[in-house]
Amino acid sequence: MADIRAQATPVISPRQVLIILAALAAVSIVAFMVIGAKGNWSFILPFRGAKIWSMATIGTAIAIATVLFQTITANRMLTPSIMGFDALFALVRTVQVFFLGGLSYAMLPDQLQFTYETAVMVGLSTLLFRWLFGRASRDLYLLVLVGIVFGVLFRSLGGLMQRLINPNDFAVLQDSLFASFNTTDQTLLGISTIAIAGVGIWVWRLLPALDVLNLGRDTAINLGVNYNHTVSQVLVIVAILVSVSTALVGPVTFFGLLVANLAYLVIRSHRHILILPAAILISIITLVGGQVVLERVFGYDTALAIIIEFVGGVVFIAMLLRGSRT
Amino acid sequence: MPKLLLGVLAILVLALISLFIGVSDVTPMSLFSSSPEDRPMQVLLISRVPRTLALMLSGSALAVAGLLMQMLARNRFVEPGTAGTVESAVFGILVITIFWPGSPLIAKMLAATVTALMGTALFMQILKRIPLRSTLMVPLVGIMLGGVISSITAFFAYRYDLLQTLGTWTMGDFSGVLRGRYELLYISAGLVGIAWIAADRFTVAGLGQDFTTNLGLNYRRVLTLGLTIVSMVTAVVVVSVGSIPFLGLIVPNLVSMAVGDNARRAIPWIVLMGAGFVLTCDIIGRVIRFPYEIPIGTVFGVIGSALFLYLLLRRRPANG
Repeated sequence: MADIRAQATPVISPRQVLIILAALAAVSIVAFMVIGAKGNWSFILPFRGAKIWSMATIGTAIAIATVLFQTITANRMLTPSIMGFDALFALVRTVQVFFLGGLSYAMLPDQLQFTYETAVMVGLSTLLFRWLFGRASRDLYLLVLVGIVFGVLFRSLGGLMQRLINPNDFAVLQDSLFASFNTTDQTLLGISTIAIAGVGIWVWRLLPALDVLNLGRDTAINLGVNYNHTVSQVLVIVAILVSVSTALVGPVTFFGLLVANLAYLVIRSHRHILILPAAILISIITLVGGQVVLERVFGYDTALAIIIEFVGGVVFIAMLLRGSRT
Repeated sequence: MPKLLLGVLAILVLALISLFIGVSDVTPMSLFSSSPEDRPMQVLLISRVPRTLALMLSGSALAVAGLLMQMLARNRFVEPGTAGTVESAVFGILVITIFWPGSPLIAKMLAATVTALMGTALFMQILKRIPLRSTLMVPLVGIMLGGVISSITAFFAYRYDLLQTLGTWTMGDFSGVLRGRYELLYISAGLVGIAWIAADRFTVAGLGQDFTTNLGLNYRRVLTLGLTIVSMVTAVVVVSVGSIPFLGLIVPNLVSMAVGDNARRAIPWIVLMGAGFVLTCDIIGRVIRFPYEIPIGTVFGVIGSALFLYLLLRRRPANG
């Protein structure tokens, strides 16, 4: 496989790839802002700008979370959403509405609510991760299957609790769980952006350690990386990012998988400093560009999530089948 | 077989409980003290009896369908819900709803059967491409295939504004079962009967194509018969009450732990246990938030996925 690729494609340096990606992202953002705009620019620009802001936030969160998760699990097929983390966040939120009631939940300041939920999410997802990977790390398929079934379990538990709360509370919850790719809730977006910026600095400082983690657990320890400590930090980061993206858009199973693997495909390097920006840019291109093509050109609205699930599912099956041969 | 008799008795008790749970006041006392034209008797005949029958029929049929799938795919973790069958059936219903909006249930069922058969056949084709036959990869591929099919379904449902209707087929719910709206489920009883008659063939087919051919059986014919039964059962249940996740996976596995893999011996137990499971979950769903109801799909989603996790992790101790 690797040698075929090396023959077929001319060598472009990762940096050039990044520049091309950045240009594509810029083009799709401009297209999103301009195409089909009728009427008052002073309305359109802020309105569409907020949508782009939201898509960029979601895309960044999912891209970083997936790449980091794949690094600590040393596997390209695993993503936080496939392992049921999205569903876990939805469950955390449902449990909270269940016990607090919709009204007092809605009255909580957004910052407090988000901080609290993220803290619970960090704790629970770390537990889940430790339990899963401490137990069955040798069998990848078992791991993925267990992750998927955990997802179903969390979703069903959430569904069960949603049936138990009264319809008003349910409406509050549904609003916050089933948003679309172009939410424009400014407060939430603000919090998310701050969270991502904070996490970004954290990731930046971890970058060297992350590259070493890619060499495998034993090598990394040999080279002086505090393995457990680093993995714990990455898990916290992933949990925060999953909370951000799920709070904004709801669960999207395959988006991260597609974006991270595409990034590895075009960059062909394992250095996080190259992979992470590439993944972020690709997800922005996919979300914004996809939205432009679907919404403006074909006139469908929120079908983008459905199409991502379709393509992601096909890619995942292909990865499973290909992985089994080697 | 005294044990089996005990099982039958347990199911009867559950069925009786199921008959007398509900908002409308139906108790043995009120039945005797009022005339047959009065409300309690009518509620019993029009709503409660059909519901209990529908529960037992679909529970046992889905469980047997799961067993057949497991034998034909030669994998313990396969059932209509992890092989794309359920999702394909839903796709068929959607297609016929778009092209023939007022179609009768039977037409929907036939459409669902055809697509379920195609989806399952596709799954079996993909299975051939898994060279190593990793046990756990098979259900993974199936679940993903189901996801892909349901995203196609969701896409068209979205375009034709049918997303909400879609929910009624994907989420099992018996609260809408009334006299005149569940009778198709009797077909599944017939199919279970056929499965029992042909049980030995399926047991043999479960040992592999070469072995089956060696014994003088036509493997392809057995396979086709089995897949047809599975697809029809799935179609009937999905059309009438919606799907119940993992039922066909859990029941045969639990039964096989107790009585082994001989299909002829296992099927009666699977029928009983399937019915019992569904009855119990439905009772839970009706009691937990009385007087409201929680659909069985949700209740079983919790119990079913927890049991599935148990089955997955059971044989692997902490040292992996």
